[in-house]
Amino acid sequence: MQDQKLAKQLFKKSKTARYERFGRFLCLCALLLIMAIVIGIILFIATKGMSTFLKDHISMKDFFTGTLWNPGTKTPDGHAAVGALPMILGSFLVTILAAVISTPFAIGTAVYMTEISPKRGAKILQPVTELLVGIPSVVYGFIGLSVVVPFVRNVFGGSGFGILSGTFVLFVMILPTIVSMTVDSLKSVPTYYRQASLALGATKWQTIWKVVLRAATPGILTAVVFGMARAFGEALAVQMVIGNASLMPHNLISPASTLTSVLTAGMGNTVMGSMQNDALWSLALVLLVMSLLFNLLVHFIGRKGAFSK
Amino acid sequence: MNRVQKQSQIAIIVLKAIAGFVVLILAFLIGYIFITGLPNVSWKFLTSPAKAFSSGGGIGVQLFNSFYLLILAMLISLPIALGASIYLNEYAKDNWFTSMIRTSIEILSSLPSVVVGLFGFLLFVVHYNFGFSIISGALTLTIFNLPLLTRNIEESLASVADDQRQGGLGLGLSKYETIIHIVVPAALPGIISGVILCSGRVFGEAAALIYTAGQSAPALNFGDWNPFNIDSPLSPLRPAETLAVHIWKINSEGIMPDLTQVSSGSAAVLVLAILIFNLSARYIGRKVFEKMTSMN
Amino acid sequence: MQFDTNNHERFIYHFDPEENDIDMQTKDLEIYYGKNLAMHQADIQFKKNTITALIGPSGSGKSTFLRSLNRMNDDVATVKGQILYKGVNINQPGIDVYEVRRRIGMVFQRPNPFAKSIYDNVTFALQRRGIHDKKVLDEVVETTLKQAAVWDQVKDSLHKSAQSLSGGQAQRVCIARALAVKPDVLLLDEPASALDPVSTSQLEQTLRELKPNYTIIIVTHNMQQAARLSDYTVFFNLGEAIEYNKTRKIFTRPKIKLTDDYVSGNFG
Repeated sequence: MQDQKLAKQLFKKSKTARYERFGRFLCLCALLLIMAIVIGIILFIATKGMSTFLKDHISMKDFFTGTLWNPGTKTPDGHAAVGALPMILGSFLVTILAAVISTPFAIGTAVYMTEISPKRGAKILQPVTELLVGIPSVVYGFIGLSVVVPFVRNVFGGSGFGILSGTFVLFVMILPTIVSMTVDSLKSVPTYYRQASLALGATKWQTIWKVVLRAATPGILTAVVFGMARAFGEALAVQMVIGNASLMPHNLISPASTLTSVLTAGMGNTVMGSMQNDALWSLALVLLVMSLLFNLLVHFIGRKGAFSK
Repeated sequence: MNRVQKQSQIAIIVLKAIAGFVVLILAFLIGYIFITGLPNVSWKFLTSPAKAFSSGGGIGVQLFNSFYLLILAMLISLPIALGASIYLNEYAKDNWFTSMIRTSIEILSSLPSVVVGLFGFLLFVVHYNFGFSIISGALTLTIFNLPLLTRNIEESLASVADDQRQGGLGLGLSKYETIIHIVVPAALPGIISGVILCSGRVFGEAAALIYTAGQSAPALNFGDWNPFNIDSPLSPLRPAETLAVHIWKINSEGIMPDLTQVSSGSAAVLVLAILIFNLSARYIGRKVFEKMTSMN
Repeated sequence: MQFDTNNHERFIYHFDPEENDIDMQTKDLEIYYGKNLAMHQADIQFKKNTITALIGPSGSGKSTFLRSLNRMNDDVATVKGQILYKGVNINQPGIDVYEVRRRIGMVFQRPNPFAKSIYDNVTFALQRRGIHDKKVLDEVVETTLKQAAVWDQVKDSLHKSAQSLSGGQAQRVCIARALAVKPDVLLLDEPASALDPVSTSQLEQTLRELKPNYTIIIVTHNMQQAARLSDYTVFFNLGEAIEYNKTRKIFTRPKIKLTDDYVSGNFG
């Protein structure tokens, strides 16, 4: 009963089928290209960064605990002066300080936007947040240089360059990041939580503090970690106000340095292949590893939380 | 009960103050940038080349470089991001392979841009020997841009209703044909918005370009548009300091007498350009949407 | 006519084997979602140029059954058994599923016009296959929009976006779009459920007018619609074809009690 002509037509692989295979393959290639890029970045920087230890035979202990950064020379007690501790400390200090100052403001703003005045939140604060994110980091650096540094100099003394200025600049830079992610996680707290709390007689603030914020805690933690990751990796804005002195930071108002600031300032002044240059790549590797760790931290918090997006 | 209510009222006032403070910060920033910067912006400023030692220099070359790099980076990253998003949204199944890919894209998006720039330096400037050039900068910017653009396009594709795809399949089209000719066109408003938003971000990026497109802006012969000549604006092998890098450079090592004016003028132009990008992303997206679904 | 009462009570009408115009037929069709059996062995024959209604309560599997007929279930379900289109089993590897779907067209529950002009919607599949001759396309547009009984309403605005049309008009454009590829069989999955009563009755009239040239299989949860419209009806329940017979018989003298309960409105 089979119509042979019909059967043949139905069995032939049409142009459509070939086009489908081709198109799908093309898209897969694009995706794999991105993955190759990521792997490439990690491999390249890891190789270059490890050459300080493997090729130039610097000990990791000297690198991570040494306090003098002057690659090519030796410290008074005979170690290679490849101590990255000042920069590591500097990076951590500005990051943590900026996060500590920024988080209360960010949470406050986010709470205002979602709990107190959603309409004004959407109309005014949402664009404000987006605009703050959109300002490029060089401009933040420039304003840091022309406004924050003189301010710190006049109010706190010193040259104005240093950890404090870096903190102020980063505070504004990571604020919108923490705000928008906190807003997302506040919005995902179910409405009936608030309704139940108010119905039990709690005040608005009690509801916010004891119920909403508690439920949104994983999301807020994620937001803060994201903000910290951004601060840790920020290069230009920090470099323009931190003073770039590779000394151990001994107070907030004397010039210091971070991993990113030394990298930015130093890469152009060293020769490829030299030990000084390799040492810089090790700093870059530390940056890379830290950003991967921040990423891991976010995943870890996300898995433990119940309401994060 | 009264104490708690009072606490609540105080708390709310504090929250309002915080929000107001944040708005003030933005107002101050934008105000400072425009008030100190815009007076320095003139047509001469926008079109003349920079001067290293004397005053009166402009940002013409840097501005051109910023746009040129932006357009190149977008042209290269758009097809890649589109292909990747299509696969992720339409073909990828829920398995370990997909999770691994998504994690890599996440990692890429969380890398500090200075690290991306240094990778670009290693790969394009040194290894492929392109030197500090437009092509090194454009390729590095592409890498920087890919994660966010992919996410934006993916979201746009996901927002297209599934019955559109069913309609295409029901007519005998393949999945890929349906995606290219029905889904992507339907997602166009979102894709365009995404491209423009990413453009704003790319336009302001400096850390990724300092060691790839370089910090020098040799004089360009705007009469010669042959890309094979080294002083033609289109030449891909020439070093190309962008506007954002210029701001950084002159504030680190600049010695011209009108440094502050050039800085503030450049910053104003940069922020203005980004503002225009952000506003037009929304506007153009809406316009395209209206045209596609309306009486036209 | 044969009785088929294996397992438990079912009655499936079979056409005279002498009749040579069975357009579609399923044999031992089984459909699985993962490990769940969504459709028990179904053996239904669809005669050429008739309208067959598939009725049954929600979750009875009627849509699942329909969508297997043009292999639209491929991504989400496992389909076992034979689906015979003019005698050729289209449910086997090696079959070009795209060609199948060009011959067995589908119209969906919610109108889904593409974000393109009415003209482009209707000619879309043809253009994709390389037909760009304006005269040919114009003719197809007019013919199919007339068949779908919407030509007069849209002929002056063919370049308007199809998404700006009302539900009823959009659904008819979708029918025209499906007809443009010249299928033999038309599958409709509750095509009027998103439409108002006036559009619904217009749609039903359109289907009657299409019947002489197409084999129409329509899923509907509206029993009155099935009774008005179809020549044959299949009653599904919980993933099984319970009864298949001439429509008049299903609604006036059903052979299975379950069918009787359903059409009398006792459940579902």
